[in-house]
Parts: sequence; structure tokens; C-alpha cells
Amino acid sequence: MKTMHKSPWLLHYDGSSCNGCDIEVLACTTPVYDVERFGVVNTGNPMHADIFLVTGGINSQNEDVVKQIYSQMPDPKVVLAVGTCACTGGVFKECYNIKGGVDTVIPVDIYVPGCAARPESIIDGVVKAVSLFQRKHEEEEKKKNGRHRK
Amino acid sequence: MVEALWGRIGMMAAYAVFAPLIGGLLDGIDRKISARMQGRRGPCILQPFYDVAKLTKKQLLSVNKFQLLMVMSYLFFVMLSGALFFGGCDMLLCFFSLSTAAMFLILASTSTHSPFSTIGSHREMVQMMSYEPMVLLTAVGFYLATGTFRVMDVIRTDIPVIAYAPGFFVGFAFVLTIKFRKSPFDLSTTHHAHQEVVKGVTTEMVGIEYATTTVAEWYENVFLLGVVGLFFVTSNPWSYLVAALAVFAVYFIEILIDNTSARVKWQLMLKLAWGVTLVTGGLNLFILELI
Repeated sequence: MKTMHKSPWLLHYDGSSCNGCDIEVLACTTPVYDVERFGVVNTGNPMHADIFLVTGGINSQNEDVVKQIYSQMPDPKVVLAVGTCACTGGVFKECYNIKGGVDTVIPVDIYVPGCAARPESIIDGVVKAVSLFQRKHEEEEKKKNGRHRK
Repeated sequence: MVEALWGRIGMMAAYAVFAPLIGGLLDGIDRKISARMQGRRGPCILQPFYDVAKLTKKQLLSVNKFQLLMVMSYLFFVMLSGALFFGGCDMLLCFFSLSTAAMFLILASTSTHSPFSTIGSHREMVQMMSYEPMVLLTAVGFYLATGTFRVMDVIRTDIPVIAYAPGFFVGFAFVLTIKFRKSPFDLSTTHHAHQEVVKGVTTEMVGIEYATTTVAEWYENVFLLGVVGLFFVTSNPWSYLVAALAVFAVYFIEILIDNTSARVKWQLMLKLAWGVTLVTGGLNLFILELI
């Protein structure tokens, strides 16, 4: 289906972020940036989400939460790590309770660097995630069709 | 006689085919107008269709099979109530069928044992308790104004029902806010990002299940707006134009209320809904009885 990319629903999870990136994520939904014009809905429900947007690093307490949210999202899904902390652990990397970036727990598709990540780069990341979402769907369809032919 | 029967069946079929298209477009227009009211550009008008199309392609990660059956039943009964209405049948039957549909939604929601959908379904039941008296009174209002419950006879009157039943109209328009899940009465679930109980009744609905619920809501909205239009329809063909304008006006006011009010607690919703029912519906009923 070609219109899959027109409806990316986003789930925002704050790992152990300082809230800088979270404020910028929320800024994307305001009239200035209005990410809803791309069909993006900021849903709070993993069951309805297509793009998992994580800010902040992963620590021993939120590790299971992130894994669970990821497992509750139906395929196809895309993971977006927003901010330096979500990408690598950032300034908190050496802390005793920090495991590192989001990719230490779940597979990450798109990395958006920045401290804090600017709304423009977040929107850029979301748009990239959207095209990847479409590609993943098409690959799934191909796999399914291949299976039917056999 | 046979021709009339075929005409009614044709109307039912037209409802089944066109109601989701009209409902989806209205939803799209709603999102666009809401965005403009908030100073945003907003998504394309066809956005709701893209959303539903995407949901049908998502993996069905449902916790049980029972939920899908209940959601399908919800859609079926909503379609039935709308088809009966546009087919010109008894209005009471339409409203009873609509209540049955709401029960199926609650069953679908409670079957999952999720705390969010459980709270959502409790609230959905409170919402039903709030709007049901007015919905039933509306049917009574149509009866008192025209002497019949049958929609096909109501549309043959010479004077529009609104002339006799303005109170019922105001009361019905008030409970529409609850039925449309618009703020301040979007307690059980909401269409907006400002969630309270995640997504309430629809929390555990995945992919095709959520798509079905959305389409059922479109059918329901078209049916309810049809009831709004019925207040203005007479034997004069021009009255249909007036009815359409009234429908758009009511829908616009609902969007305006949605964007300018904050969510209330269920106690206030119940008090307001029953208060308005008693004052508008009750007073109108009393006056019609006196006449």
C-alpha cells in the first residue's frame, strides 16, 4: 500500500532525559512546527504507534519498560533515538546506572543527534522514519507474497 | 408499495456505502478546522482514510480473539441502526440498536483486562447513563410532534419537527457532544493527544480492530447527524437543504466546543446532561402535552 507513510503515529518515551529533548519534541506539535501536517499523531498508546521516539539514555530501571513498549508495538515499526543521550548515552554515559544509548536494549533505526536536538532535526528524523516505515511495510508485503507463491 | 420498499432498501444500501465516506470526510474536515482554530496548518482532509488504511495493514497483536468479534458486532449494530433510520423504519428501534452497539464496544473493551480500557469502559457506561434519557426523549419528541415514530412518516409532515420540539433539539444537540466524544465530555476515549487514560476504551484495540471502531464511529456520526437533520425535514424538497445547513452548523459548533473547553469530571457531565435533559426535553414535553 502506497499511502502507508502518510499516517505515522508516534509514541514518545522519556528514558532518562534531562527534559531538554522532550520539550523540543513537544515543540514539534505546536503551531510553529505543526508536525501533524504530515499526518503525525502523538499517541500515548504503544498498540497504536508506528514510530517509537525515545529521548534520554537507558538505565537499569527503564530498560524493561523500553523493551516492553517495543514488544507491544505491532509491526511494521520504526525506532527513533532523539538526542545525544538516546544515541550514545551522552554526558551520562559513564554513570554507574546508565547502560548507554537506546540501541543497547532495542534495535534503533534512526539517530537524531543534538543536545538538545532541534525541532527541525527531529522533524527531519521523523520524515526519514516515515520513509523507512513505508519501506519496511513494502518488504513485509513482498515476504508475504513470496510465501503465498511457494 | 413494492417501489416504496425498493426505495427504502436503496436508501439502506446507500447508507452502508456512503456513510463511511461522508463520516471520514467530516472527520477530516474536523481535524482541519480544529488545526486552523489552533493556528496550525493541519493534515490533509483525506487523513482519516490514510489512518484507517494503515491500521488495516498493521500486525494484529490482539490479546484475545473475542475482542475482534465484539468490535465487528459493534460495527454491525451501528450499521443496523443507521440503515433502519435511513430506511425510514421505527426511530425507537434505531436508538435501541444503537444502545446495543454501545454495549458491544464496552464488551470489547473489558475483555482485555487492561486497567486503562477498564476505566475507559466504566466511563463509557457513565456516558451512556448521561445521554440515554435525552436520546429516548428525542424519539418521544418526534412522536408528540408528528404522531408517529416512523421516520418515513415524519419526513412527510408539512411543518418541521423543530417548530414543535425546539427543546428536544437543544437537548439532543447537547448530548451529541458526549456521543461524538468531544471535549469537555471525552471521558472514555479521545481523538486528541491529551490523553488521560491512554486511549480509554480503545487502548487495547490493535490494527484492524481500531480501524473497525473508527469506521463504526463514522457510521454512528452520520446516523446521529441524520437525526439532527430530521428535525428540519418536511414534505417540501427545499427543507433538505435547510436540514443539511443545520447539520453543518451543529457539527461546526461541536468542533468549536471541543476546542474551547477542558475535560470535566464524570459527576459534572452527568449533572449537566441530566439537567439539560430535564429542562429542555422536560419543559418541551410538558408544553406539547398541554397543547
